[in-house]
Amino acid sequence: MSEEVLQQASPGLIPGSGTARAAKPTRLSPSFVSWLQAGPMMLVFLAFFLIPLVFVVIVSFWDYNEYQLLPAFSGRGYTDTFEGCIAQLPDLCTIGKTYLKTLKLCFMVWAITLFIGFWVAYFLAFHVKSKTWQMGLSLLCTIPFWTSNVIRMIAWIPLLGRNGLVNSGLVKTGVINHPLEWLLFSEFSVVLALVHLFTFFMVVPIFNSMIRIDKSLIEAAYDAGASGFQTLVNVVIPLAKPGIVIGSIFVITIVMGDFITIGVMGGQQIAAAGKIIETRVNALQFPAAAANAVILLIITFLIITMMSRIVDIKKEL
Amino acid sequence: MKEGRPRSFYVLAVFFAAYVLFLYGPMIAIYVLSFQGPQGGLTFPMNGVSTFWIAKLFQGTGIVDLGAAFRRSLLLGIIVMIVTVVLSVAAGMAFRRKFRAQSILFYSAIASLIVPSIITSLGISLEFRIIDDLIKAHWNENFETSMGLLTSGLGAHLTWTLPFGLLIMFAIFNRFDPRLEEAARDLGATPWQTFRHVVLPIILPSVIGIGLFGFTLSWDELARSSQAIGAVNTLPLDLQGLTTTVTNPDIYALGTVISAVSFTVIALALGTIHVLNKRQAAKGSDAGQGLV
Repeated sequence: MSEEVLQQASPGLIPGSGTARAAKPTRLSPSFVSWLQAGPMMLVFLAFFLIPLVFVVIVSFWDYNEYQLLPAFSGRGYTDTFEGCIAQLPDLCTIGKTYLKTLKLCFMVWAITLFIGFWVAYFLAFHVKSKTWQMGLSLLCTIPFWTSNVIRMIAWIPLLGRNGLVNSGLVKTGVINHPLEWLLFSEFSVVLALVHLFTFFMVVPIFNSMIRIDKSLIEAAYDAGASGFQTLVNVVIPLAKPGIVIGSIFVITIVMGDFITIGVMGGQQIAAAGKIIETRVNALQFPAAAANAVILLIITFLIITMMSRIVDIKKEL
Repeated sequence: MKEGRPRSFYVLAVFFAAYVLFLYGPMIAIYVLSFQGPQGGLTFPMNGVSTFWIAKLFQGTGIVDLGAAFRRSLLLGIIVMIVTVVLSVAAGMAFRRKFRAQSILFYSAIASLIVPSIITSLGISLEFRIIDDLIKAHWNENFETSMGLLTSGLGAHLTWTLPFGLLIMFAIFNRFDPRLEEAARDLGATPWQTFRHVVLPIILPSVIGIGLFGFTLSWDELARSSQAIGAVNTLPLDLQGLTTTVTNPDIYALGTVISAVSFTVIALALGTIHVLNKRQAAKGSDAGQGLV
């Protein structure tokens, strides 16, 4: 069927057909075919990612008033953002405090997801011997990733709320007299939810690196008299490093830009780098929002550059 | 295989089980709680068992028009899925040869994946605002907006799903044997025939995986939609709106319904992949079967 359509459209493409025998089949040049194949995706990224980024940078230098954008050069987006940063020295200004807080959250989530992700991946890669089990258990870790993040956040409410399972359990057993307030809508619940949502991004790349490690290297280490710990530190971790770095880049960039988890799980009370942008947009202060986006972009980019010094990402994919 | 498992196996098995419980436990809790009795609240214990809250959702007595949001999200999800599959497979094929701009496309995809969603979302919204202003200034003063579900919204979702699609294609072709195509070519197949009858059947299970990513990531997408979707809301945006206002199990019921769609799609996709893999294993190779 498809060949018939193709033949009608361009008979020359089908060798073996009468016309094609007569004339030499017109082949499209390989580079033209590549453009045809890759072009559409490139266009999507151009229209919805690269050009928008350029607009973010341009608009960050525009002026604004209460209700509209003014396309004239101005540094107001930035000066508003850094307001008081020099006057208040040595105290940190609002933006400084917010970034410090975001980095702190980022570090906590990174450390926890790395720990959990490493051992989950280790278990899957080295201890689960059967391919079927390996597939099944990896799938078990992946399925939540295909479900809604907001639902996975809300899911903590019946557990951590004032009258939630944890509090009522603790009160009943007499460990505490009054329900703990810091379990929900707090920094604790933000970190918990971020770990819950994004450990997956750590597990996958680390597992990918570990599965490629030649098992005989580990046996060789044991045969040479290395202890389990020595093998881990000197063989497994160095070889799993690319996965660790890629996973870390994912987790850190997600947490740096997050505003939804921090909003929902922090009861809209915790300031963060991503939330500033959201607040500015809601106030229709687009240049200020764009200026904050540029700052966030630069910081994220610096972190990634530092981390990709350690490993060549392109080689690992 | 008489060798016993090391102690570390048991320690890590328990750790893994705890992680899985941590992943699924809370989700299961809200699925159960959405079947609260009519008097039930947001927490355990259950106050009777009923489908009251789920039924209420479908009657549309809620604050927002969830039915419309549901249809919008479904439409967008299906379109994103189709576009993601087609563009990813095409681009994946292109990456098997060297071509100019190859590394630009590669780094665009990676950057699109890791640049914080709020920045991409803001950028798309600025882009469309500026387009709107231009149209108003030069062509049509009464023009409303070019932002919408299937313009800026679709684009925003694609910046999130396409990188996954492309990376999956890389993984596929990393273990694809090019000799199969050479054989097809030697037998006189055209490039299209080679793709249609040799390459596509082999990669089909993974292509369905790309579709699964495309649909589910769009169905649940929130961060990129937040600024770029225009005037209408998708289902996850409505759900997020409810988190600050709702005090009864409405929200769990909605969560359960959204998840039910996700799980149906996941089950369908995984089932199809399983059947295709089985069929490949059964019919794929006639090696060693001789000529008789």
